[in-house]
Amino acid sequence: MIDKRVYDFDTALDGMKDGATIMSAGFGAAGAPQELLEAVLDRGYRDLVIISNNAGEGERGLILLLKERRIAKVICSFPTSSNSEITKELYSAGLLELEIVPQGTMSERMRAGGAGIGGFYTRTSVNTPLSEGKEVRTIDGEDYVLEYPLTAEFAFLKAREADRWGNLTYNLSARGFGPTMAMAADTTIVQVDRFVELGEIDPEQVITPGIYVDRVMEVEAS
Amino acid sequence: MARLNRKQIAWRVAQDIPEGAYVNLGIGAPEMVANYLPDDREVIIHSENGLLGMGPTPPPGEENPDLINAGKKPVTLLNGGSISHHTDSFAMIRGGHIDICVLGAFQIAQNGDLANWATLDNSRPPGVGGAMDLAVGAKDVFVITDHCTRDGQAKLLEQCSYPLTGTGVVTRVYSDHALIDVRDNSFTVREIADGISYDDLNDITGAELIFADDCATLQTPAL
Repeated sequence: MIDKRVYDFDTALDGMKDGATIMSAGFGAAGAPQELLEAVLDRGYRDLVIISNNAGEGERGLILLLKERRIAKVICSFPTSSNSEITKELYSAGLLELEIVPQGTMSERMRAGGAGIGGFYTRTSVNTPLSEGKEVRTIDGEDYVLEYPLTAEFAFLKAREADRWGNLTYNLSARGFGPTMAMAADTTIVQVDRFVELGEIDPEQVITPGIYVDRVMEVEAS
Repeated sequence: MARLNRKQIAWRVAQDIPEGAYVNLGIGAPEMVANYLPDDREVIIHSENGLLGMGPTPPPGEENPDLINAGKKPVTLLNGGSISHHTDSFAMIRGGHIDICVLGAFQIAQNGDLANWATLDNSRPPGVGGAMDLAVGAKDVFVITDHCTRDGQAKLLEQCSYPLTGTGVVTRVYSDHALIDVRDNSFTVREIADGISYDDLNDITGAELIFADDCATLQTPAL
């Protein structure tokens, strides 16, 4: 019997290690898997490489990992948040490496990683500092820049419902990067508001099919 | 001189958004455009984080932390609204499905180059968000900006000195002094605020201005 449900953070984080590359879903705080990130913090892992749209928001999750200096590098589109100075402080002090990627390119690179696509050409960032050193090709008279897939060892997601096969639904704009990151990581770990029985989610309403999901854990928002 | 305030600039942009348009409004002043869309027009607002058919700010107490806009502020969805995941949301942008996006700017060049994501100050971490995707993906890129920086530097230039967001992308500039089309490698002034002379405008612009034959007074209500 397939059962992807887990009941404690140690099992959820099986295989985690120092230096791991983790995709963290969420746009600002919406959809951010704060409890999973804080379980990584509690277990002492360090030198992490984080792939996330923002380098944290508020006083949770990534911000706490940054404050404890557990993160070596963040790949993101927009690192700072209006309510935290820590990213700016660490960056200014040379203690944090940032790789800035246009948001749509970041998302599409993850999709390519999850879909077995070796790269793609996009008009985004042509003739800007973010395409320096990248191959440019003219297609139908327009310049496009070559972008490569982006993958990770782990993806952390927050979803609304999961069944034991790992099928997921989300809540409004908390969907965000979740479905794409789920495809792009070796191990996808999802904290959910509630488990449901197999068959309870209408097949038409499954947003992320369980094939992309490895572990689901019910987590009460804290 | 009768400069427009931000609300008036946003009002003026809103008048140019046609019925049925799919529109993305950038963070900050562009968000205000939604407040001034004429009631008789149906316009669908897209937010990069996966909202299509975005509605106004909810009343106090009805905010949902899982329903936010690109600026991470609480919003609502209209009837008919939909949610997409990020990659699909950006396909709407990058694939040319958005009719108009409204952005802020540090600098705009006469060939339509836009600089709005980074300055030459490297002490702060840069952040690009979805600006580069919007700049190249939207069919029209409208810019809301003050005509000059706070210390009086021109923002409309022959060439941008700041890192670019996109090249040849801006189609129209709505400043606190004028409404300016960007086409054929030049700035064409279509409307100018009341009490501002052509000379005044030339003095605060870092590129040549062409004044349209039918250049009109930029009129807005008091807001």
